[in-house]
Order: sequence, then C-alpha cells, then structure tokens
Amino acid sequence: MPDRITRDDVAHVADLARLALSDDELDRFTDQLAAVLDHAEDIDALDIDDVAPTAHPLPLLNVLRDDEVRPSLDRDEVLASAPAVEDHRFRVPPVLGEAP
Amino acid sequence: MTTMEGWETVIGLEVHVELATATKLFCGCPNQFGDEPNTNICPVCLGLPGSLPVLNRRAVELAMRLAVALHLEVRPSIFHRKNYFYPDMPKDYQTSQYDQPITVDGFLELPDGFRVGIERAHLEEDTGKTTHVGGGGRIHDAQHSLVDYNRAGVPLLEIVSRPDLRSAEQARAYASELRAILTAAGVSDAKMEEGSMRVDANVSVRPVGTAELGTRCEIKNLNSIRSLGRAIDYEALRQVDLLDAGERVIQQTRHWNEDEGRTHTLRSKEEAYDYRYFPEPDLVPVAPSDEWLESVQATVPAMPAERRARLAEITGVAPSDVALVVARDLDVFVLDAIAGGGDPIRLLTRAEHDLADGSGRLTVDAFAALSRLEVDGALTATQAKAVLARLVADGGAPSEVAAAMGFEAVDTDALGQVVDQAIAANPDAWTKYLAGDQKVTGVFVGAVMKATKGNADGKAVQALLRDRAEAG
Amino acid sequence: MTHSALTIAAAVRAGERSAVDVVDEHLDAIAGRESEIHAFVTVLADEARAAAAAIDRAVADGSDPGPLTGVPIALKDNLCTRGIPTTCSSSILEGWRPPYDATVVSRVLAAGAVLVGKTNLDEFAMGSSTENSAFGPTRNPRDPARVPGGSSGGSAAAVAAGFAPISLGSDTGGSIRQPASFCGVVGIKPTYGLVSRYGLVAFASSLDQVGPFAATVADAALLLEVIAGHDQLDSTSIDAASPDLVSQLDHGVEGLRVGVLSELMADGIDADVRRRVTQAADALSAAGAKVEEASVPATRYGLSAYYLIAPAEASSNLARYDGVRYGLRVDAANTALMNEASRTAGFGPEVKRRIMLGTYALSAGYYDAYYAKAQRVRTLIICDFAAAYEQFDVLLAPTAPSTAFAFGAKDDPMSMYLSDVCTIPSNLAGDPAISVPFGTGDDGLPVGVQLLGPARSEATLLRAGAVLESAASAAGVR
Ligand SMILES: [Mg+2]
Ligand SMILES: [Zn+2]
Repeated sequence: MPDRITRDDVAHVADLARLALSDDELDRFTDQLAAVLDHAEDIDALDIDDVAPTAHPLPLLNVLRDDEVRPSLDRDEVLASAPAVEDHRFRVPPVLGEAP
Repeated sequence: MTTMEGWETVIGLEVHVELATATKLFCGCPNQFGDEPNTNICPVCLGLPGSLPVLNRRAVELAMRLAVALHLEVRPSIFHRKNYFYPDMPKDYQTSQYDQPITVDGFLELPDGFRVGIERAHLEEDTGKTTHVGGGGRIHDAQHSLVDYNRAGVPLLEIVSRPDLRSAEQARAYASELRAILTAAGVSDAKMEEGSMRVDANVSVRPVGTAELGTRCEIKNLNSIRSLGRAIDYEALRQVDLLDAGERVIQQTRHWNEDEGRTHTLRSKEEAYDYRYFPEPDLVPVAPSDEWLESVQATVPAMPAERRARLAEITGVAPSDVALVVARDLDVFVLDAIAGGGDPIRLLTRAEHDLADGSGRLTVDAFAALSRLEVDGALTATQAKAVLARLVADGGAPSEVAAAMGFEAVDTDALGQVVDQAIAANPDAWTKYLAGDQKVTGVFVGAVMKATKGNADGKAVQALLRDRAEAG
Repeated sequence: MTHSALTIAAAVRAGERSAVDVVDEHLDAIAGRESEIHAFVTVLADEARAAAAAIDRAVADGSDPGPLTGVPIALKDNLCTRGIPTTCSSSILEGWRPPYDATVVSRVLAAGAVLVGKTNLDEFAMGSSTENSAFGPTRNPRDPARVPGGSSGGSAAAVAAGFAPISLGSDTGGSIRQPASFCGVVGIKPTYGLVSRYGLVAFASSLDQVGPFAATVADAALLLEVIAGHDQLDSTSIDAASPDLVSQLDHGVEGLRVGVLSELMADGIDADVRRRVTQAADALSAAGAKVEEASVPATRYGLSAYYLIAPAEASSNLARYDGVRYGLRVDAANTALMNEASRTAGFGPEVKRRIMLGTYALSAGYYDAYYAKAQRVRTLIICDFAAAYEQFDVLLAPTAPSTAFAFGAKDDPMSMYLSDVCTIPSNLAGDPAISVPFGTGDDGLPVGVQLLGPARSEATLLRAGAVLESAASAAGVR
C-alpha cells in the first residue's frame, strides 16, 4: 500500500479536479479519504497480480455504427442553456495557455 | 556562428490526421470543415450529461486502410480516457487509444528508398475550436474566447514515427509522402492549411557517431511542410548552441513561431501533466477479424512507393526519378501509353514537364502516338510540346493536330539538301567544324532551322553534319 | 392508492377508466403529502394532465398506446427528459433542460405512461439516504423521521407514498434496492447492459443500471419489460430483445436451487434483518425450492473495490461540469479559475469527496495500487459468483444491513458507505438482483430481502420474488 494520503496530496488532487478547498475542508477530506483508503488495505493484502483486471462486466466486442449522418441538435436550443454566448459560440473568460 | 558540423539531428514525427468519414468518431454529426459554428453538434459530441459514444465503423476501416498502406499490424485495441480540463474539450477528457492502439509497427518508404519506422497509429477524437477575442487574437492577450464544437469528436488518427529521420529535408519528404499515402488510401484529405493534417516534431541532436539519443524537444504549431523544415533546422541549431556552450537541453514542448522564425517554450517536462488515463467504460474493445481485414485490404489501391517501383522498373530509371509523375497520379496513364507502344522515356519526360495540370482531354493512344512521332523525328521536341498542349486542351490525334499547326516533317533527303546549302554558305565555319570545333555547330543548325521555319529536327541536322564531315 | 400499474393499464386500455382520472387521483395524493415527503424535485401536474388527456383521446380513437397506458410514472431526476429540468439534485445543473430524452424515457412514454414528476436523489446518485440532495432530503413515507434510503430515495418514496404506482431509479452500488428495502417496495437492479444507459446521467459507467420500482413484483416485471432491450445508442447494451417476465411470474420455485449467502449473514447485519432472510429462505423452501448455505468469498472485498472504481469513473464523468456549455457558471478572471469556482460552488461535499477520491485513485503512482487492484478484485468477485452459480440458481441475502435509519445517523462517510455492503457485489459482477419487501424489523419498518442471480436471470429472480411476495402477505407480515 502506498504511504498514507497527505494534506499535500489532497491539495494536489483538488487542483487536478478543479476544486477549491478551504483549510478546514483540506483537513477534513484528508482524514475522510484516508479512512476509505485504510479500509482498502484488505484488497492491498491480496496477492492477485496474476489476475486479469475487469474494466467492464460485459464481454462485448466490436460494437460499431454505420457512418451515416444523423440530425444534429438545434443550435438555438443548445445555446439557450449556455451560461454565455457570442456569435453563436460559447463564450468563456480568457484561456491561459495551451492544452496540456 | 554555430553550425551542425560534427552533430547529427534525430527527428521523430507525430502526425494527427482527420479522417475522411461522413460523420464524427462517436456520433452521427457531419464531419465537415467550414460550417456555421455549432451547427454540427449533438448530445454526444457536446458532452451533454447522459450521452454515450458509439464507434464509427468507417473510422475503424480507415485505420485499417492506413495499416495496409504503412505495413502496420492491426491489433485488438481499446480506448482510454485522457483526463484534462480545456474548454475546447466537451467532456473534459479525450477519448483516445493509449497502451493498446489499433495498429502498430510498420514503415513508410521515402522516394529514395529510405524506410522510416512507424511505431503506431491510433484512433482518437478531435477537439473543438477556440477563437481568442481581443489582444490581436493571441491567446495570452485575449479578453475572452469563443468556442465552436463543430470539430469536437471528428475522428483522428495519430501516426507516430520512430526517431529515424536525420534531417529537415528528410522530415519534409516524410510529411509529403505521408500526405500522398493518406490521400491515395482515401484515409484523409490531409490538408495542412485546413488543419486536417497536423505535424508535431520531436527533435534532438547528438555528436556524429554516437548511438545514444540526446534530450528531445517537441515542436508544435507547424502549419506547413515548409515550416516543418524551418523549425527543425532552427531547433537543431538551438540545441547545438546550448551543448556547445556547455549547457543542457531541457526536455520540453516548444511552439514554432513562423513570423519570428524561432521556437519558444510552452512547458517543460517537469510540469508534465497527470492525465489519469483509464479504460473508457462506455466503449467496448475493437478487434477486427481476419475476414474484415482481408476485405478492407482488397480495396486499398497501390501506394506511391509501390507505384514508383513499378514505373521505374518498366521505364528503367531510378524510383526517385518517377516520384513527380506518381505524385501527379500520371503513372497509370504513362504505363498504359507504354503498353500502347509509346516510348517510355519520352512519355516520362512529357508527363513530368508538360502535364503538371493533368492529362486533360489527352488520350492514352494519342500520348503514345505523340511519343512515337517524337522518336521518329517527325516532330521536334519543341513541336511535340506544342502539340501536346493542344491535345490536353482539345483532344484529337497528334498527327492531325501537328499538320493543322503546320508542323510538316521534313524528310531526310530534303533536309540533306538544306544542310549542304548551309555548309556552302558558311565555308569558314565548316573548316572549323572539320577541325573539331563543336562550338560552330550552332551556325549550321541555326541556318537550317531558319530555312525550314523550325520544322527540322535538331538532332537529325547534327547527324547529317557528322555524315558530311566523315564523308570529307 | 391501491391500484397496480397492470390493473390501471388494463382499465384505461379497455376504456373503463380515463387516464385523466387516474392522473388526478395521483396528483391528489401528491398534493396531500408531497410537502412532507419531498419525493420530487419537479412535479409536472399540468403536463401530466395534458399527456393523460392525449392518452384518453388515443384510446377513444381506437389505438392502443401500450402496456403502460395511462399509468403515472415518476422518474429519478438523473434521467434526461427533453425540455424538462434534469438536475441530478445538484446546484450545478439547476435549471438545465436537456435537448433530448433518455432511451428509457422514450420507451416508457411510448408505452403510454404519464410522467408525473422527476424525483429527488442524492446529488449525482452519490449517497445512500437522499440526504445529499442540494434541494433537501426526502422523507420515508413509512416513517418521516427516517431516511428513504438512496440514492433513488425519491423514486422509492414516490411509490411507497402512492404518488405513482411505478417509478424508475438507477443503481450503481445499491441505489435502487436499498431504498426499495427501506420504503417497503420492490426494486430491481437489472443485468448490466439489459437496460440502456443512454440519457442516464453517468455516475460510474461500468456499474450504473436503470431499473424499476413498484409496489408489486408484477408491476416491476412489467416496467422492466418495457425499458429492457437493445439500444444502439449505448455501446454496452446487450444485443437482445427484452425478455418475457410477466408471463412467467406464477411459475413458482419448485426445484429451484437457492443459496443463502453466508458472507452477508454475518456480523454487521442487524439480527432482525437476518431473521427475516432466514424466514424468506424457509418460505422458498416451503414452496419447493432446495435451500442451502452458499459462499461467495470475494464479496467481502466488494466495498473496497467499489469505493475505488466508482469514484474513479465518477471523477472523469463529472469533469464536464465546468461552467462552459450548460449549468452553473461562477465567473472568474480566466477559464481555469471559472471552472474551479463553478465546480466549487456547484457540487456538494459528498460529490467533491468522491471526485477527490477517484482522482487520487487514478493519479500517477497510485493507479496500480488502487484502481488497477480494484479491477483485479472485480475479476475475483465475478469468478466467485460464477462458481456459486454452478451450484445455485439464485442467492438469497439481506438487501441492507438494517432498516431505514434516522436523518443524520451516518454523518461519517465511511459508516454511510458500509450500508451498501449487501448490494455492491451485484454491481461489480454486472449481475441482476431484486429487493422484495419481507416483513418488518424490530422497529416496525420494512425489511427487504435480496435475490441475486447470474447475468440475465431476471425471469427467475422475479419468479422467486413473486413467491416471497405472496408468502409475506399470507403471513401478514406487511
Ligand atoms: Mg493525440
Ligand atoms: Zn455529435
């Protein structure tokens, strides 16, 4: 089992998840996440490296659709739900930097 | 002034191409460039809550076609989620293939015969398009940005080469050849200017003769094959500069600025993002059967390398000498004309020099006949060129077109008399010619051409001059 | 409200009752008690009357709207309904009107059902009590001082309170069965892939299934028949037609091999609940089933695996709530800060906790130890169940460790998570399970017993469920 989760880990994870946490929340989440991860020590003890992981309970393969155009949504209906719109596009505050 | 003296550049290319499907990768929205913003969107490609992806069969087939073209192995594959926040990505994760891509381990053969290894080509979805408003459209100074999701979910293949390329020129050749392959196989229209083919370059340098790879930098924002070459040359020199100064190259992603002609840092590897890849639970594995693969294989046309080899073999020249003709898709036309009795070399030469815009209304038979008229001396090179232009524009038979243009072939007896007259009119020059002075040849050829209004074949005139000289 | 969906549909189809009357009766029930119960996020009274009137006209015109003709239905508010707010009981989606219907919504409407409202849930289906709703908790109609269970607490309460004879919920780790148990109604978690997930707002994609609530086993079977069957919009949908369920309900359990799941009859399960399970085993035995003790050892690791896998998938599924395209936006100087401000204001603490946990489980350096390990445990659980199903046709277990608990009783997250211990294994295995009311606990509140079976064994589970249902009513334990 990895080292016990730290407050810094929680702060880092909050950052990755785009959540702002107060100092109190950081403390509380650190304890609560640690409790769940402590409980998971039961599976950590299992020696199952040779067991294949299951990503999905159904053994399906090659589920594909034909390359046929289907109607798109009405733009006005979609944009009506948007927080901010300009020129038929979704408006956002400045974007800092390129995608990672 | 730094030079590359003593250094070798090592380049690997990552190329993203948009696939020539009718619809997006996971939904039925049109895959179309240039439409009104946010008109080709649905719950799936807009990442609306509750929506689910279903994979486009044609996209898988196009990956298989590329596999055939690049000698890649088609493998059972799965999709992963690559998690990161960015406003052009509707779900804030990209559905992409990660450690089990659909195709691996192939190669691309350049016109000079050099083989570039291909590590993998995998399927993934494109992002939407962000426009930065204010601050001259630059991301850093923008007041706000606008997002159009028409491109979100468009199918991409990411084609990753091995670091086998050794110069900017070779990298350019690779990109051109890949583009030719993609269009020939019908995989993508591969237009760099429209962004349907996007090239990133991994560049490192090392002292000539060493085996170990240097620290590499990834160059992004290469919008043309020309900028690819310029950026690699710049980047290689920049790295050599650092190393010569006793500094280290830092592994990082760099942005090519076409106007300034230089690269600058985007981010360094130390800040590498944690994408938290995990298997996409909304999709199931894709494993094309042998039968499916064979049926796709049967419909993939011959690739440029194979076509070059064939044309070169039949015409007896080097493959690199027929590259342009193949690139213009004229190889089959030339081969048909050869089969129809045309002269291989004449046909190749005309196709390369005079058919830049294609064959137009020229028929295979007319092309073959024209080359024979040229070989037989019935038409001079200049005349053949003129006739060919007319044939491409209007069609017809070359002999009739030549006659209509007044290109009467001058027969050998008549030509002999004209040559004799030219010798008689230029006794001093003839004396020099007999003494071995080849420079005076032009005097006689010029005189004959003047007398025949250009209808004489220059080579035939020279042959007659040699005859007369030997006869004394 | 004593009429079942089957009798309502039969009467309305035959022109003996009007759909408008049926709807009005249920709207009256809602008007009478909804302010106390708070089963709904949105009640659609006018829309329901209009839809019922359209059904009546269709019947009068001689057409047959389908097996749910005129039957009022309530839908968990994580199922997309076109033009009707779909909130997931989260501030981040408040006011969002989807531009499309979930496949299950299209199917129930096409079968003639009348939508009376969207029901309350734990925010994004994360919770076991419906206390995590941004719009306040739902109360248990059997005892308003108790929780209705969760996360589909509103859908369970709506049926228990007679607001609608049937409703739909979703079950990721027990979110249909546990509230069914707490509220004294029938709930089914179908085989993974039997019911389309298209339009179900995702919590944990490899575990989520939509399923029915009803007052009776027969109504639950009927509703499952309507929503099941292949959907080409869901890649994980089983490519088969909807199974025949209702017609087999009275086939009994003669010769059925029933295993009482010993791992879920141990410490941590209240004694009164265990007693009811034992009585249920006796009832099946009396009806001709062969009952023995069964063991599925790996189920004891279910909780740990689940609380790594489900949050991991959730952390990715919930990334899209970023303030850009729909839902809540809290403005900020740049897009990254806007994302953060919107998510921080829009998500409640439990959702944040699970996003954090899942992000951590997937992050560099921890993936193998947590997420990948949990997936291997999932394989163990699937194998152990498969082995058990060589010996048994169905397994019997409690649905929940206790009867409905009081509000605030489990304010420590880990103790709340432990209340899912009986239901989680079926989700990890992808297998079906149903909860059927079987008497009450020492506190007089309903106890549900759970029947588990291998993939696509719904018909068998429902047959056994029907036997338990009549045994319970014959014994007067309800
Ligand atoms: Mg990529
Ligand atoms: Zn779409």
